[in-house]
Amino acid sequence: MKKTRFLIPALSLAIVVAVIGLASTASNENEPAETTTENVSQNEAIADSPFDKMMAVLTHKRCVNCHPSGDRPRQGEDSHLHNFGVQRGADNHGLPALRCESCHQHENNNYSGVPGAPEWSLAPSKMAWEGKSRVEIARSILDPEINGGRSLEETVKHLTEHELVLWAWEPGIDASGTPREKPPVPVDEYIEAVKAWAAAGAPIPEQ
Amino acid sequence: MAISFLLNGQPQSVDVDENTPLLWVIRDVLNLKGTKFGCGKAACGACTIHVDGESVRSCSFALKYAEGKSITTIEGLGDADNLHPVQQAWIEEVVPQCGYCQPGFMMATAALLEKIPNPTDQDIDDNIVNICRCATYYRMRKAIHRAAAIKNTNI
Repeated sequence: MKKTRFLIPALSLAIVVAVIGLASTASNENEPAETTTENVSQNEAIADSPFDKMMAVLTHKRCVNCHPSGDRPRQGEDSHLHNFGVQRGADNHGLPALRCESCHQHENNNYSGVPGAPEWSLAPSKMAWEGKSRVEIARSILDPEINGGRSLEETVKHLTEHELVLWAWEPGIDASGTPREKPPVPVDEYIEAVKAWAAAGAPIPEQ
Repeated sequence: MAISFLLNGQPQSVDVDENTPLLWVIRDVLNLKGTKFGCGKAACGACTIHVDGESVRSCSFALKYAEGKSITTIEGLGDADNLHPVQQAWIEEVVPQCGYCQPGFMMATAALLEKIPNPTDQDIDDNIVNICRCATYYRMRKAIHRAAAIKNTNI
């Protein structure tokens, strides 16, 4: 009798776990963000031009996870949708009672493995980069209608000085203690590339 | 350097490593055991407290960020003679099973009701993402609606 009493909940749990597993497999929502051909090629070899160096960074998961195409952030090395149904909210800082700041502070937390930086939030919807080509992203960051009215000089300043952008090179460790992956270009080379690209008139190669 | 803040309305000053999680300080230094350690990675919400009225996971909140802030834990939400609407609703709906995660849920709910006085089921699902392994979610949802009604009546 005793064995049966525990066997039934155990079987029920196994069935529930199996169903959840199947549901997760079938759900698109839990799939990692789409990896473009460009993202793959950038990992193989990063071209030397300032544009290529800059875009190798801007299309990296440390940037794109918070420039999603929808209203949910992505996270992790596989860019899965943020756990717990976390959402953008009206001001890009989360929902009224589930703010980004509920968990993310101004710097990485090495106890919890939760990343943090000043102004931790999603980029505005207009600045969605997920799924876009490098050319589309470059056009968007130069378009004042999309980039928040920034001039080229202000855009360069944002890209090279903002603490949330530079966090990508100090991404900390996850909850398992594993260091997060950094962009494929060192920060000093990236900053140099952005400035060189802007100084050359911010050319966008036709592709 | 000592970090000073208000804890449930009372001034506190704590002189430990400023990067210590506030949860550890609340439980182990200030000896308030109502706030629970669950996962330690800001996932389960058992450690939820209020910092200047905002819901915060205290396991992922360094002590240094508490400087000058007003911190509220479950012990400061209300007391036996003056129950917070959330506490009253939780009792009426007999929400807890094992009870371990409930302080976090109650703190998250109290913060929600300050932002959204009459939350819909969707508001609750979207904003209260704590985890209860006893799966008391159904009773909690009823209690959250009940707490909203009590709070709005009291006003």
